[in-house]
Amino acid sequence: MSTATYTELLDLAAGGLLLTAVLIVWRRELAAMARLLTVQGLALATIPLLEGARTHDPALVGVGGAVLLLRGVVLPALLTRASRADGEPRRESTPLLNTSASLLAAAALTMIAFALSRPLLALDRGSPATQAAPTGLAVVLIAVFVMVTRRRALSQAMGFLMLDNGIAAVAFLITAGVPVIVELGASLDILFAVIILGVLTGRLRRTFGETDLDLLRELHE
Amino acid sequence: MSLLLLLPLLAPLAAATLTALVGWRRFTAWAGVAAAATILGCGITLATRITSTPRIRFGTLLRADALTVTMLIVIGSVATLSCWAGVGYLDADLVAGRTTAHRARLYGVLVAAFLTAMSLAVLANDLGVAWVAIEATTIATAFLVGHRNTRAALEATWKYVIICSVGIAFAFLGTVLLYFAARHAGAGGSALALDTLRAHATHLDAGVTRLASGLLLVGYGTKAGLVPFHTWLADAHSQAPAPVSALMSGVLLSVAFSALLRIKSIADIALGPGFLRTGLLIVGLATVLIAASLLVGQRDLKRMLAYSSMENMGLIAIAAAAGTRLAIAALLLHVLAHGIAKTVLFLSAGQLQHAHGGSTRISDIAAVLARSRLLGIAMSSGILVLLALPPFATFASELSIARGLADAHLGWALAPLLLLLAVAFAALVATTARILLGRPATDQPAIAVPRTAAIALVLGVTASVILGLTAGPLTHLFRLAATALGAAS
Repeated sequence: MSTATYTELLDLAAGGLLLTAVLIVWRRELAAMARLLTVQGLALATIPLLEGARTHDPALVGVGGAVLLLRGVVLPALLTRASRADGEPRRESTPLLNTSASLLAAAALTMIAFALSRPLLALDRGSPATQAAPTGLAVVLIAVFVMVTRRRALSQAMGFLMLDNGIAAVAFLITAGVPVIVELGASLDILFAVIILGVLTGRLRRTFGETDLDLLRELHE
Repeated sequence: MSLLLLLPLLAPLAAATLTALVGWRRFTAWAGVAAAATILGCGITLATRITSTPRIRFGTLLRADALTVTMLIVIGSVATLSCWAGVGYLDADLVAGRTTAHRARLYGVLVAAFLTAMSLAVLANDLGVAWVAIEATTIATAFLVGHRNTRAALEATWKYVIICSVGIAFAFLGTVLLYFAARHAGAGGSALALDTLRAHATHLDAGVTRLASGLLLVGYGTKAGLVPFHTWLADAHSQAPAPVSALMSGVLLSVAFSALLRIKSIADIALGPGFLRTGLLIVGLATVLIAASLLVGQRDLKRMLAYSSMENMGLIAIAAAAGTRLAIAALLLHVLAHGIAKTVLFLSAGQLQHAHGGSTRISDIAAVLARSRLLGIAMSSGILVLLALPPFATFASELSIARGLADAHLGWALAPLLLLLAVAFAALVATTARILLGRPATDQPAIAVPRTAAIALVLGVTASVILGLTAGPLTHLFRLAATALGAAS
């Protein structure tokens, strides 16, 4: 693979990550958000697969395959299943911010991400992957924004998965992945965290009748 | 000798497996206690070795220095007391029908898994593995917080999992950035190993390291109960079963903070001591401020204890900001003394909760000293530790922290700190006086404490008193830990 092709494909994957993040801000249907997360997981897995193919590193290709399975298939499927459960509303309830304001906020956050990552870019000017790292950081910030402004338990869980996708993207772009043992441990933690959030969503629905987080206000000072 | 590093992981893992297989039984409950005692035993044995060998390793994965050993002793002592009292606590729950056999089994498995994760967090040779272990503590404790299965418990669990997972995710981003900086400083593939990082710390890129340390401070600060992501703390502590609250307050918060101490020792070399000192000082003072103001007029006993833990974590953050050898050694003494005392208090609160139909409202509880001599004395001595009155160890540690601040030319921070501590002091005295003193009303019978809980309380109080009279060889261990962290005298 030539360097030019590699760089183009890499930028395409990073662009895909950011695009899906913005689309998640736009869409309000839970099932659509879960489908977008599948696409985002695929885009994320492309990064280590590309890097592994270029450097002929079988370990990295293996990690890419695991990421593909976990973030492209298993986790979105878990969330889709939870969103199809009986009594779960199909859509996000009235949002705290309307769609156009949310999209503007996402744009602003992307700019902030680029400003924040200047020291990263300065440290490694030669690598096209590091130059794409700000997109990962932008996904992280947009994910936090989604978690803060959405009111359904499942939307928050999806925001959490997006946050982790963003962090994983930064890791793959700037360092070609953290050591395998850390990557494995982190993936396992994410898997358990999403399973727990899924189980809790079910319990919330059974206990409170629905999953609007505004209902959680028994505990306060 | 290096097997001593493996035992604190294997013992609780074995207890978890056993409970998973046969359920919550008398002997599996005691297996949990034995696992906790094993952690304590390993900590004490390692403490005798660490004076001659400052680094003990097991393969490339595990590593112990004086800080590890100190934290193992903290984990071991708090866990032994909590698990011991937990035997009777859960049995009482089962008899009263407040929990089912299925949930009791889950409790046994998760508490043991929680102990494994915390031991791994302090034993890990690698900042990445330490992160994995600390995130695993969130996973292990999620259903423990929700153990009571009420609406409030569910609400607390959701908030706990979401806030802590997001906070700890930021710590992971910080870890990734630190790895990136270390790789570019020539540290190679094992760039997250603690000793490798320290060896290359002078070459770390300042811009990236600053970003990384900031993220790590916020991330681990979340788990340590520091501002701004502290809001999970009081909810989770008030809803979790008492032994779990004790474990969270006594160990979880300080284990997360010990990760910050490690990061500070590296960042200080790369950036100079100023950067994280400012961060810790701001976060610490803000935490003490919020905790003290929420302690005033607090209406719930367990929430009061939780905010007191927050206050102490704030104080510990300020001590870390001072960063002198004296301040760090005092900080570690404070962690141990506070951990044991808070365990005694939470375990007592658990007994009071059982005696008051599940309520921990302060207005429901009165005349504890007259209704149970044991609970009254245990709570009084625990509160005296929180108030940092002699003869207890917190008196010495808070004095030393104050001196450390003055030595580090941060004397100005003492004025607001002492004012806030005085507010917290007054609030704690006023509230506990209402709980402990007075004559029991006719509808307030004597409180019977199960034997296991009684033994744990007596052990805890005894340990607090002994630690107050003499820290003995521990003083040397704490100083070694401070030196290992590179603290200047």
